[in-house]
Amino acid sequence: MRTAPPSTAGHGPRGGGVGGGSARGVLGVVVQGAARNYASRRAPRAQRISGAGGAGLRGGGPGRDGSAMIRFILIQNRAGKTRLAKWYMQFDDDEKQKLIEEVHAVVTVRDAKHTNFVEFRNFKIIYRRYAGLYFCICVDVTDNNLAYLEAIHNFVEVLNEYFHNVCELDLVFNFYKVYTVVDEMFLAGEIRETSQTKVLKQLLMLQSLE
Amino acid sequence: MIQTEASCCRIIFGMGKGKSKEAEIKRINKELANIRSKFKGDKALDGYSKKKYVCKLLFIFLLGHDIDFGHMEAVNLLSSNRYTEKQIGYLFISVLVNSNSELIRLINNAIKNDLASRNPTFMGLALHCIANVGSREMAEAFAGEIPKILVAGDTMDSVKQSAALCLLRLYRTSPDLVPMGDWTSRVVHLLNDQHLGVVTAATSLITTLAQKNPEEFKTSVSLAVSRLSRIVTSASTDLQDYTYYFVPAPWLSVKLLRLLQCYPPPEDPAVRGRLTECLETILNKAQEPPKSKKVQHSNAKNAVLFEAISLIIHHDSEPNLLVRACNQLGQFLQHRETNLRYLALESMCTLASSEFSHEAVKTHIETVINALKTERDVSVRQRAVDLLYAMCDRSNAQQIVAEMLNYLETADYSIREEIVLKVAILAEKYAVDYTWYVDTILNLIRIAGDYVSEEVWYRVIQIVINRDDVQGYAAKTVFEALQAPACHENLVKVGGYILGEFGNLIAGDPRSSPLIQFNLLHSKFHLCSVPTRALLLSTYIKFVNLFPEIKTTIQDVLRSDSQLKNADVELQQRAVEYLRLSTIASTDILATVLEEMPPFPERESSILAKLKKKKGPGTVTDLEEIKKERSSDMNGSAEPASVNASAVSTPSPSADLLGLGAAPLTNSAPPPSSSGSLLVDVFSDSASAVAPLAPGSDDNFASPDLASSEVVSEEPADTVHDADELFHKFVCKNNGVLFENQLLQIGLKSEFRQNLGRMFIFYGNKTSTQFLNFTPTVICSDDLQPSLNLQTKPVDPTVDGGAQVQQVVNIECVSDFMEAPILNIQFRYGGTFQNLSVKLPITLNKFFQPTEMSSQDFFQRWKQLSNPKQEVQNIFKAKHPMDAEITKAKIIGFGSALLEEVDPNPANFVGAGIIHTKTTQIGCLLRLEPNLQAQMYRLTLRTSKEAVSQRLCELLSEQF
Repeated sequence: MRTAPPSTAGHGPRGGGVGGGSARGVLGVVVQGAARNYASRRAPRAQRISGAGGAGLRGGGPGRDGSAMIRFILIQNRAGKTRLAKWYMQFDDDEKQKLIEEVHAVVTVRDAKHTNFVEFRNFKIIYRRYAGLYFCICVDVTDNNLAYLEAIHNFVEVLNEYFHNVCELDLVFNFYKVYTVVDEMFLAGEIRETSQTKVLKQLLMLQSLE
Repeated sequence: MIQTEASCCRIIFGMGKGKSKEAEIKRINKELANIRSKFKGDKALDGYSKKKYVCKLLFIFLLGHDIDFGHMEAVNLLSSNRYTEKQIGYLFISVLVNSNSELIRLINNAIKNDLASRNPTFMGLALHCIANVGSREMAEAFAGEIPKILVAGDTMDSVKQSAALCLLRLYRTSPDLVPMGDWTSRVVHLLNDQHLGVVTAATSLITTLAQKNPEEFKTSVSLAVSRLSRIVTSASTDLQDYTYYFVPAPWLSVKLLRLLQCYPPPEDPAVRGRLTECLETILNKAQEPPKSKKVQHSNAKNAVLFEAISLIIHHDSEPNLLVRACNQLGQFLQHRETNLRYLALESMCTLASSEFSHEAVKTHIETVINALKTERDVSVRQRAVDLLYAMCDRSNAQQIVAEMLNYLETADYSIREEIVLKVAILAEKYAVDYTWYVDTILNLIRIAGDYVSEEVWYRVIQIVINRDDVQGYAAKTVFEALQAPACHENLVKVGGYILGEFGNLIAGDPRSSPLIQFNLLHSKFHLCSVPTRALLLSTYIKFVNLFPEIKTTIQDVLRSDSQLKNADVELQQRAVEYLRLSTIASTDILATVLEEMPPFPERESSILAKLKKKKGPGTVTDLEEIKKERSSDMNGSAEPASVNASAVSTPSPSADLLGLGAAPLTNSAPPPSSSGSLLVDVFSDSASAVAPLAPGSDDNFASPDLASSEVVSEEPADTVHDADELFHKFVCKNNGVLFENQLLQIGLKSEFRQNLGRMFIFYGNKTSTQFLNFTPTVICSDDLQPSLNLQTKPVDPTVDGGAQVQQVVNIECVSDFMEAPILNIQFRYGGTFQNLSVKLPITLNKFFQPTEMSSQDFFQRWKQLSNPKQEVQNIFKAKHPMDAEITKAKIIGFGSALLEEVDPNPANFVGAGIIHTKTTQIGCLLRLEPNLQAQMYRLTLRTSKEAVSQRLCELLSEQF
């Protein structure tokens, strides 16, 4: 009596280059030496994958013990128009567009009673809404949620100070300045500077050169 | 000037607004044409105009239009001496990176000039450009330069910040191009820097470097601790610029705490004491009244707190801190901020896995259950499920399982399967009373039948078959459950299987007489899919044996056209064969063929055994145990499908799972040419044909592809037997399946030549769910490392459901070796962390080159190697049938030449070959003398090196 269908059909060795992963991603590196034993102790928590889309964000999984980083920063309005996109990983244009749309879909359906965190593919989005604008930071699942949530606010306060009551149009017309602000505060997917005073001082200095 | 730029953009923007898409495109095309003509114009543009137009192009690009020119003009802007022009140039490059090699050289040239300019603004722009683009060409050009800028004494602080992160970016993209050197120790000392911005940037760099090179950056621990200590003990205004809503340097604190998570607790008691003080201070502050009512204040404070708790959990060594952390999180569970409730649930999940805090976590069970019922955000409920799972142990299993079942009825579809698995695991793990287990699984099928995966219902059948005390109850329960007018197909499967085995236990009750049982099952038949119908047909033939009184009823059903002429070949074949079997076989034969299933072999996971041994029973947390056990269950489970009756069915793929493939070999019967002849074979030779069909027979040497999956421990001592059994299958062959469980299949394909080899490892995801963080690592022990060079490329950390990834291992044998490398694989599947290790079958004999020689040569050399240290001999009992042809094949597979007509005794086998290593070549001679009467072998190896003789003898002895 054979009750069950045969187990999953052959994944066995097949000749040559069978489909599968080209090694994508930056951080999927094996942690060596002493760090390894400690690495696996972190956050054994469930991870669900939303959006099975084929974009590259599925590669380069989250760092296992703090090798986490910002994958991208997006500012979008409610209609889904991108006001700033800053990528800290290599994506091709199609992937970027797909990510932008997915983030918009994931974030805009949430209400104020929800958390400011949402799982996104193998990562998570930390987001905060200011008027009609969503500020979203995509980080690894092991990253510190609240630290990035406040990093967003810190960034918004700087923008507000720099543009004197910032509004959406400031970001549109002064896009090249917004990029400068971002680079002062975040670089290479890391928080670079957190002091508002220091950032503003630098921005004013740069402005004086114009 | 700023105004001008804004207005030029506004023109375009204004035009686009309020008008149709077409009008916008038209306007933009016109603008692009205008810009193009300006760039192409005879008159050279001045810097200002060039900047203006490049800026316009950038704006148009950001509006979502393609830009295919202007790159050259942007590159030209880089060499301007005006900040604004340079800035727009760099921005254009960063946003529209193009790997046009011609341009890259020009860009790199401009960057080089700016880096050398000693103008901090220009250096900053250049560094940001490198950090944003981070291409390999840039790494090649600047990876040597940037560390110098970073540690130079006269570099401005803001440039240092950029240089640190720029270097980090290059290290992440091209670690091979970033040379470690003197600068590393100086980088560590940036943790002491006056400027907290520099420390913030440097900490990120150091953390990443320390993960990859923990030894070199060990000194960062004490520096990080003292820095952290100064921050947390500072008054809320001390740090001025770096105080955020009354919290001193929250981001830097978080980064320092993360850096410390790269290391075990500090060994130096003073450092350790200081760190403990810091952590206590952070926990104390959480209890103090807030200095501000603003959410920013509490968020910043709690960001540090959560990171501190992560570190406490990571160290897992201070019971006092762990319990305090748990109490703090307990308060958050009922906080009005959803964010905090979510994070507390998440963090508590990891706390539950520490022996010190497990009990403390359990005290919050009611709150967590309540969260499951009341939280509005599904992701919070999800965390609650995770936490319940993590805190479950024998004392609260019944309650937790009941609550999860409750929740399952209303749970989001997206997470049902995961909950089903969790319930099934908990129910099995903590079942004291197996009737409870059976009830729970049947409930699962009732509530969420679609989400009950095969493993779950296979498992319940295994357990019922292996436990006599629950069989009657199970039969009764499934019988009752099947009464429901609409029941899930999975229930029909379980019901069909269990009644087929144990229906007799309830047949005494007139309410569940054989005929009623049969009619009940058959009433579901037509609604079921083909595999389920096939199962039911098998149940019917089992009924023929159990209940002879309904034999004719069943035969009538089998005989009906809808069965005998069924369009599905499997169903038709079963019907034909079962009908025939029921007609011609005597009761004795029926009883033999259709005997009750033997118990499934229960194996304890060797990973679990290892874990227990390694960490001591105390530290193996329940959570981890559950996970390991889950994987062990999967490893250990033979398909519950196998029943003796399948002997009479087709040699279809599933038959192989029963070990049928091995049968012809073990009793030397010719393979069945058709099912008809197989049927005859069974009856003419029923005893021997049926015997090897018991599931779980492991001795299928000749069909190792089907071999049972064994998880092998990293410490060979633990499970020597398991390890060797699996391992030895590969000694004489290069391809096959190395490992398989319900989740993962690992296949190998390898080739060796002289002292080099290449192995392709194929990882197949057998599930429909992605594997995350998939990390295979090949580990050589310290003894092995000098003898064997292995090079692997990392694989994609995500393996899609049903997909296969390949990894190549390049192998170089430097000198002879004894041990085998270990392949360790870690990944996350669903909610669980999987960790398994198998020995990688790279053995010394793989580097054999066969050598043909004459009888005379052979014995001459044999005599030359007569030093007692050169000879190793082993006399052992045959483990497999002594077949000369198979033996020959094995010797050839082993790698040596098989020398025919060399030994005066034709029954003996001799072989010769050379082991190639990088350093030396070792000639090897072997002789195998079988003794058929005694079922023994004598194996003699002579080589020029004692260790080699020893190792080859060990390896080969296991093969016969």
